[in-house]
Amino acid sequence: MLKTFKRSLATLALAASLTPAAQAAEITGAGASFVFPVMSKWSADYNAATGHRINYQSIGSGGGIAQMKANTVDFGSTDAPLKPEDLAASNLIQFPSVMGGIVPVVNLAGVQPGQIRFTGPLLADIYLGKVTNWNDPAIAAVNPGLTLPTQRITVVHRSDGSGTTFNFVNYLSKVSPEWKTKVGEGTAVRWPVGVGGKGNEGVTAYVKQIKGSIGYIELSYALTNKVAYGQLQNAAGNFITPSNETIQAAAASAEWTKSKDFFLIVTNAPGEQSWPITATNFMLMSKKPKNPANAKAAREFFTWVYDNGAQQATDLGYVPLPAPLVEQVKAYWTTSLK
Amino acid sequence: MTTATAKPAPPSRFLDGAGDWIFRNLVAIAGWFVLITLFLAAMSMYWGGREAFNEFGWGFLVSTDWNPVTEEYGALVAIYGTLVTTAIAMVIAVPVSFGIALFLTEVAPSWIRQPLGAAIELLAGIPSIIYGMWGLFVLAPILGNHVYPWVDENMGQWPLAGALFSGPPLGIGMLTAGIVLAIMVIPFISSVMREVFLTVPTRLKESAYALGSTTTEVVWDIVLPYTRSAVIGGIFLGMGRALGETMAVTFVLGNAHRISASLLEPGNSIAASVANEFAEATTPMYQSALLALGFLLFAVTFIVLAIAKLMLMQLKKREGN
Repeated sequence: MLKTFKRSLATLALAASLTPAAQAAEITGAGASFVFPVMSKWSADYNAATGHRINYQSIGSGGGIAQMKANTVDFGSTDAPLKPEDLAASNLIQFPSVMGGIVPVVNLAGVQPGQIRFTGPLLADIYLGKVTNWNDPAIAAVNPGLTLPTQRITVVHRSDGSGTTFNFVNYLSKVSPEWKTKVGEGTAVRWPVGVGGKGNEGVTAYVKQIKGSIGYIELSYALTNKVAYGQLQNAAGNFITPSNETIQAAAASAEWTKSKDFFLIVTNAPGEQSWPITATNFMLMSKKPKNPANAKAAREFFTWVYDNGAQQATDLGYVPLPAPLVEQVKAYWTTSLK
Repeated sequence: MTTATAKPAPPSRFLDGAGDWIFRNLVAIAGWFVLITLFLAAMSMYWGGREAFNEFGWGFLVSTDWNPVTEEYGALVAIYGTLVTTAIAMVIAVPVSFGIALFLTEVAPSWIRQPLGAAIELLAGIPSIIYGMWGLFVLAPILGNHVYPWVDENMGQWPLAGALFSGPPLGIGMLTAGIVLAIMVIPFISSVMREVFLTVPTRLKESAYALGSTTTEVVWDIVLPYTRSAVIGGIFLGMGRALGETMAVTFVLGNAHRISASLLEPGNSIAASVANEFAEATTPMYQSALLALGFLLFAVTFIVLAIAKLMLMQLKKREGN
């Protein structure tokens, strides 16, 4: 009796001593809300596959950067890339995680998704408040087949700071010198005209309710909410319909190899079939992590994401990175981290 | 009271004294706790906003600029929006709450008083985001499609006041925000009013009725004078809530950093700006400007409540004469 008790005690002790070696890592990350849905899916799948837990808090890019600089999380996430000098100053590395498309959407009677066309400068003029009516000749010029009503244009923008706004206004700055000097770019700007909705869902709700409105949202929102998105003329001069293929074409045509620390904003990308407003989410990690074991585990997680996470991303309306870019990220890890 | 009753033997005078001492201090701590937290919260917001105050000085209060790109910030648009939406809310909420409270205490048949009173208190328990969503998905389309076009066409032509009511019928904007706020504060104001109306001694009212007063006369000459200060207190309780309301306003205000004469146009409020922009405020100056806005909300609320207190004191003085 005593012997068996002793034996079971020994087994217990052995089991206890073994657990730490097999213990699951608890990796914490914080940042952009843009990636939160896919991050949740990846974490759940990764947890099922390996037992490691990813705890991602969607507190916004600003918060992600701040937490990363304070080195309180294992990885951070931001929709606007940091400049290489900023990264060096805080001992950080940066790499892209996943991409998405931002589309202009309209609420016009009889206009179906993909029907109405815009050029970059036209979109900028609408958001500058220079084109104020749907019957404007500038709109008619690129939409010869469409009869547009005499109706006031109501511009809808984001009221909260966001990566979606960052990429949208970055695009407008690239295609319209007037936008660049008058408004500029950032996660929030001083909008010359319009009303602000909170989040993608807020903008979608406003556009659906205000007749004659135009807004900009992520493609996945436009598809699930059945809002009429528009075609946009890209840098090569072609009118492009937003889709996974055209967003991936933009990702592939961007000149990542020339960028330092992946500091590149993939708007107005070259390439015949590139969707012009493509957004990239970036991950930040420390070169001198507080917890090296967790940093290593986080890198393993991202390796798993690149190798096995593409389908989950596509299902949720994101666009996975093109293969050459993934190779570049992995090479970047080996050179920038030891 | 009387010496005839036998003195109950005191178990221990010392323990009594100690218990009293402990009790006094516990309550005192609870009382001071509120003051200290309030003071510290205001100070920490001022401290967070000091960069913005140093940079822009008094100009922060009067500038309509809000440009995160060039880092120029001013609070006037947000202060204006906060005050205007609150004013609209009070213009609607005070008479309605007054009606509700009077109906419930003086007019309604007794079987309906209890359920209606409970319904109003339930309204007070609805989270503000629900009001916001209701405002955006239900109220805004109705107003935008049916009410505002009419307002724009008819009231927009009025001399002087016309500017307030002309504009594109978007359905969202200052007026919609004011209406949603009014619905949110009505339960607070009306339940306070109902409580205090119930405290009016029945014999006073019955005497008035006996002298041949009508219900209207009883309300104006007996109930209101008796409860005036408490009624005003209830109104300012609701006003304090309207000033600081965040989620519901954010949904229907339109969040545009502009001041426009028209109530149909979108605007911005202090609480909505902070809620919208804080998460992605990446630069220290941006964050500081938002915290400075938070401090200003403190200041605005304090000033409004101080004015209310002064008004009450003025009223009391007049009653004394």
